[in-house]
This record gives sequence, structure tokens and C-alpha cells, in this order.
Amino acid sequence: MRRSRVAALLVLALMTLPALAEEGLVPTTIVGDAIPESLTSAPGDPARGRAIVSDRARGLCLLCHAGPFPEERFQGNLAPDLTGVGGRLSPGQLRLRLVDGRVLNPETIMPSYYSLAGLARVGRAWQGRTILSTSEIEDVVAFLATLREEASGESR
Amino acid sequence: MALIGLLLSHTLAGAEPIPQAERRSGFDQMSPEIQAMQRDDGANPGMLAVADGEDLWTKAPPSGGPACAGCHGVASSTMRGVAARYPAWDARTDKPIDLQGRVNVCRREHQGAEPLAYESPDLLALTAFVAAQSRGLPMAPPDDARLDPARAEGRALFEARQGQLGLSCAVCHDDHWGRRLGAAVIPQGQPTGYPLYRLEWQSVGSLQRRLRNCLSGMRAEPFTYGAPEYLALELYLATRAAPLPLESPAVRP
Ligand code: HEC
Ligand code: HEC
Repeated sequence: MRRSRVAALLVLALMTLPALAEEGLVPTTIVGDAIPESLTSAPGDPARGRAIVSDRARGLCLLCHAGPFPEERFQGNLAPDLTGVGGRLSPGQLRLRLVDGRVLNPETIMPSYYSLAGLARVGRAWQGRTILSTSEIEDVVAFLATLREEASGESR
Repeated sequence: MALIGLLLSHTLAGAEPIPQAERRSGFDQMSPEIQAMQRDDGANPGMLAVADGEDLWTKAPPSGGPACAGCHGVASSTMRGVAARYPAWDARTDKPIDLQGRVNVCRREHQGAEPLAYESPDLLALTAFVAAQSRGLPMAPPDDARLDPARAEGRALFEARQGQLGLSCAVCHDDHWGRRLGAAVIPQGQPTGYPLYRLEWQSVGSLQRRLRNCLSGMRAEPFTYGAPEYLALELYLATRAAPLPLESPAVRP
């Protein structure tokens, strides 16, 4: 605890954006355009992350994004293709985009997967809950980090 | 620079998000098979509700009051164009009223009958029958300033981010219509086909049922049927749709 407080204070001096501290949520510290520190003590599991990303009722990602999921028909086209995203963005950058992309683009349509801030009229079943849990965020980050291969020209 | 930005955002706030010339029914984005199903009255399952509505139109209620036809006569002439100008202003309650509300006012006041429940087969049948009399006519929302506050409220609701996913209706239907949300092609969200038969529901449903579906998709709390918020949305949607032709009973995937 002490050590991370000191680290947090150090970071505080350097960072460009305020830390996200919401009631009941694990606090996160933004450095530049990333959240470098994991939200959990255990590392994320890429296989679980893949299952979350391709599950349209949990991750919802493929409603908007396409990606390297040959078995998934009808992927969305509202958002950038996730193919190769792990080569373009670091785990910390991926983490911030999942936790709360509004920090980078206030107009973004991508849901904030680990934030309760600024939400209105949330359905009863979903109130007070983030879309994904900290361990699910880490699973998804771990999976996205494996997507290092750019699309081969002819596939799209 | 800041001033220009300010002026621009003011103009944009008043501007129509989808200009009239670019308005399209969800019909245009459907597969040819489902389009054919809507076009052919023999294949369109919504026509069963219209036929039921026709029976109810001529049948006197158990209360002994007159049938709809007793007051309104032949629907193909007296009801032609009515659905195209709903929701309208109801001077008695000083509130906007939609077609479902109007049917229930007539039942209560002129037929001495109980109101029909939202999404009940009889209410869907009667509204489908009345709406079908306006098929092909352009949506013609009344030019009535008393409706303006509710229309503005509807637009504000349409553009407000809500629900756990932080989306607004406008994000999908103004900004991304024509794109693919998973398996669904996002339509402009035009209200021109309701009540309609939806394959996913395997039944006929009202516009409010459709709005409920979108709200739960956004993980927002749906309003209760008949809520003023739905009326406000219906009013804004009607203005946003004109002059597209009414197509009830439509078919949708
Ligand atoms: C409702 C639409 C929507 C959903 C659902 C969604 N995203 Fe996004 N996402 C976007 C958009 C749009 C962008 C582009 C950046 C922006 O607008 O802020 C984006 C950007 C990203 C980026 C950065 C991509 C890059 O190349 O810079 C990543 C990574 C990402 N999303 C991952 C995900 C994952 C993983 C999920 C599910 C857990 C998900 N998204 C769900 C709309 C969505
Ligand atoms: C994330 C995207 C999304 C959001 C947000 C959304 N909708 Fe929709 N809407 C759709 C899709 C996709 C359809 C097509 C039906 C389907 O396949 O689910 C649809 C259908 C409709 C229709 C029926 C159009 C037709 O042709 O019959 C209406 C009306 C509508 N939406 C209104 C709204 C309103 C009002 C809101 C906000 C309260 C809203 N939608 C929010 C995606 C969305």
C-alpha cells in the first residue's frame, strides 16, 4: 500500500490527466494516454479475454468492431478494426481505452467499461455495476495485447 | 475562433440532423425477401391484425355503446390520413395524445368501455386497422405550437446519452445509420411502419415496444407504456420522419 501511494504521488507530479477515483472502484492513475498499472494483482488471461471480446452480451465489442475472429459472422463496422491493435497500442494504452475512452475523446461512442461517472437513467439491473470487472478488463487487455498481426491485404 | 465555434454549434443545434431529402425508411435496408413479405398483403402477417381491427371497428362493445363505425362510418374514407398526423394535441387533457391513447379515449367516453391494455391484441388490431387507412400518405405532423414543448423534449431525450453503455438514440440513428451493429444494419429509426410485425418478436407490436427494445439494448431503464417520455419521443420521431410515407402494417426483421 505504502509503496503504491508513493508511486502514485510521484506519478501525480508527472501526469497530464487527473486520476479516476470513483466510489467503490479500484482507483486508476492515468499517465499520458495510458493506465500503466494493472487493475488486479493476478495477470489477465488472454483466453478468457478472447471469450469476453467475442461474446456479444458481455464484451459487446463485435457489435461495433471487427477483428480477427474468423468464426464470428456479422462483425460491426462502427469502430476501428481490432486486428493488429496489440502492435499499435501498449497494454497501458489499451487499458485506458477500455476503462474510460472519454478521457481521450469526450465524444466517443465506445462505452466506458470500468467507470460509473456521468451515466444517466441506467437500467435497474445494471445500476452501480461497471460493464466489466477489474479481472475481466485485465483479461481483455491481455488478449488484445496478443493481436500483433496486421491484416493481410487480401482479407479485407 | 471560439465565436465561430459557438455560432456553428448554435446553427447545428437547430438544424435537422437528417435533411428531408435524405430520410429513408428502414424498409430500404431490409432483404428483398422481407420487403416482398411487407408488400404482399397475402404474406404480410401484420394484415391479420388489420383484419381483426376491421372486425372490432364494426362490433358494438358489450357496454351497449356504439361501435367505432357507429360514429366514424366507413374507415377507408373517415380514417384516411388520421394516423399520418398523430400524435396530436388533446385539448381536453391539455396533453399530446397518440393513436393508442385516442382509441382508448373513444372507448371510455363514447363507448363506456374499459381502456384496452398497451400491447393487447385488440389495441394493436384497432391501431393497425386505423393506421393502414393512411398507407402511402406522407407523414404530416400537425403544425400546432402547443406540441412544440413535447417535441423539443423528445428531441432532447433522443440526443441524451443514457444507460450503462452511455449511448444516445442519435449516436446510432442520426450519426451511424447504414452501418452494421453486429448483425443488424442500423436504420434511421423512422416510426412510419407501426404497429408492425417484427420477425424477432413473432408478433405485431407498437412503436413504444420498439423504443423499449432500443432502451434495454442501451441498458437504460425503459419508461412505462404510455409515459409522457414515449409521447415526446413519438412526436419528435414523427417530425423527424416527414414526409416519408406511412407503411403500417410494416414488416421488420
Ligand atoms: C458502441 C461501440 C463500441 C463498442 C461496444 C466497443 N468499442 Fe472500442 N471503439 C469504438 C470506437 C468508435 C473507437 C474509436 C476511438 C473513439 O472513437 O474514441 C474505439 C476504439 C477502441 C480501441 C482503440 C483502437 C485503436 O486502433 O486506436 C480499442 C483497443 C477498442 N476500442 C477495444 C474495444 C473492446 C475490447 C471492446 C469490448 C470490450 C470495445 N472496444 C467495444 C467503439 C466501440
Ligand atoms: C446501439 C444502437 C442503437 C441505439 C442507441 C438505439 N437504437 Fe433504435 N435501432 C437500432 C437498430 C440496430 C434497429 C433495427 C432493429 C434491430 O435489428 O434491432 C433499431 C430500430 C429502431 C426503430 C425502428 C425503425 C424501423 O424501421 O422500424 C426505431 C423507431 C428506433 N430504433 C428508435 C430509437 C430510439 C428512440 C432510441 C433511443 C431511445 C434508439 N432507437 C436507440 C439501434 C439503436
